[in-house]
Amino acid sequence: MMETPDKVISVKDLTKKFGDFAAVDHISFDVFKGEIFGFLGANGAGKTTAMRMLCGLSIPTSGTGYVAGCDIIKQSELIKRRIGYMSQKFSLYSSLTVNENIILFSTIYGMTKAEIKDASAKLYRELDMENMRDTLVKDIPVGWKQKLAFAVSTIHNPEIVFLDEPTGGVDPVTRRKFWELIYQASSRGMTIFVTTHYLDEAEYCNRISIMVDGKIKALGSPEELKKEYDGSSMDEVFRKVAETAVRDD
Amino acid sequence: MSIFVSLVKKEAIHIVRDPRTMIITLFMPLVLLLLFGFAISTEVNNVRIMSVVDNHDENTRQILERLSVNNYFSYQGTIAPQEVDNVLRAGKTDAVLFLKHNGMAIIPQVVVDASNTTLAQTIAGYMSGVLNYGNSYRAPVLTYTLYNPQMKSAYNFVPGIMGMIFILICAIMTSVSIVREKESGTMNLLLVSPAKSSAIILGKLVPYFLLSCLILATMLSIAYTVLGLPVSSAIFNVIWVSLIYIILSLSIGLFVSTLVETQLAALIVSAVLFMLPVITLSGMIFPIDNMPEVLKGVSCIIPARWYTSALRKLMIQHLDVSYIMQEVSIIVGMTILFLSLAILKFNSSNR
Repeated sequence: MMETPDKVISVKDLTKKFGDFAAVDHISFDVFKGEIFGFLGANGAGKTTAMRMLCGLSIPTSGTGYVAGCDIIKQSELIKRRIGYMSQKFSLYSSLTVNENIILFSTIYGMTKAEIKDASAKLYRELDMENMRDTLVKDIPVGWKQKLAFAVSTIHNPEIVFLDEPTGGVDPVTRRKFWELIYQASSRGMTIFVTTHYLDEAEYCNRISIMVDGKIKALGSPEELKKEYDGSSMDEVFRKVAETAVRDD
Repeated sequence: MSIFVSLVKKEAIHIVRDPRTMIITLFMPLVLLLLFGFAISTEVNNVRIMSVVDNHDENTRQILERLSVNNYFSYQGTIAPQEVDNVLRAGKTDAVLFLKHNGMAIIPQVVVDASNTTLAQTIAGYMSGVLNYGNSYRAPVLTYTLYNPQMKSAYNFVPGIMGMIFILICAIMTSVSIVREKESGTMNLLLVSPAKSSAIILGKLVPYFLLSCLILATMLSIAYTVLGLPVSSAIFNVIWVSLIYIILSLSIGLFVSTLVETQLAALIVSAVLFMLPVITLSGMIFPIDNMPEVLKGVSCIIPARWYTSALRKLMIQHLDVSYIMQEVSIIVGMTILFLSLAILKFNSSNR
């Protein structure tokens, strides 16, 4: 049942219906190892539903999908071990210290004491956060919180990390720095699946897909899409693709 | 360290680091118990009373003497009939006793300030006791007050307070704490992690269960020492019935948390659906027998009603387990109902 090894996500005709309403309507795409894959779409286009199915949180109505070599219908528990997830709220436990959060999440991902020790030492070194070890998460600045949330979501070295609008509500400088982290992770061979509202960020992705009304309307690298839709920026491309939308929310 | 243990530890750290939670959970039960045990009492002491006597003789003197030595009364002396209206209006006294002669017999009459009905009824009861005493032509009614001979109201309140506290701590606090995780997004993080949903749910419930056990221990020790409830072997029954009730309250909290999306909504739903009915309809303050039929029916679905009733039988009447089977089976039934509803809802909303 394994797909070819360099296809980390492979989805065919994936559909999720709520009653008669098809939130996700026969989408098909592949994501390759080490790729930064941008998942774009207006609110209500079905991005979140699609992502929930890929993370094993929601069972598709029909279609097939493989994530990290596991069937999203039959092996959702296995998928959960192999992926990382970070939401737009940089959710960590605010009443716990930085170190307590790291230990909690690495334990949940089944890491041993020795592994946790190595991984957290590496994390502090790379993020330069050693002095914040015992600070409560609610007391650290939002930029640091975001970096920490990313580091924690990838602490178990997952094959894929799902980022759900990871830069929402953050200033441009912090966003820029955050993308540097994403590039570092992808250069180590980690696959990044990212949803975003910022169209300038779409340019940083290797490939992007644009969802409209539950379907994938455009798929390709930013250059290809700009050529195909004759736009000078992703912003223009997105507007041209999304103007066919009938759902508003 | 297993996933479950680390989730429990996380929640415990949160409880300990949040001073508001600690204050509510540890001081609230103490304050309520002591408040209801000592300050709020339905016993009436020091009833102020005056008398109007048309003709002093041996009989009236005896009656007034009995009044003035009685601890429940504070006798303020005799006044003229025209002053009665005035002293009652001015609130200088609670009741006036008229002793009027009809030939040799005395016709007693009591005028009571009934602006507080509870007080008025109690005074009337006390007065008839004092007046009947030694009345040769009628045998006095002898009343034995079983189980609570001194009619201490603290005895009556302890089961009610416990019924309320566990709903408060378990239902409200668990529902708020689960919904807080939904709001902050950490719940999503746990759901996409390899942690099983049973571990996530139990990781939330167990810390509050332990906290409730601590509160149970505190409340029982206060009830049996400071408030002076008679100690008996029934205490073991009290403990296991309470543990089931705690689990029921936790299930209610879990169920509420699956229904709402914000902490505020969780608070309002738990408070309106559970807190207020517990206080008004559980029989804690207002006796269920006095309620209209409709409210009696409603009170049957209030968990605290059955718990309070079971605890009264155990703690005050010292009855054995066979007398509380009805209450216990209803509590167990409710626990199973709420727990399965909550788990069904939790799983379906994450699909």
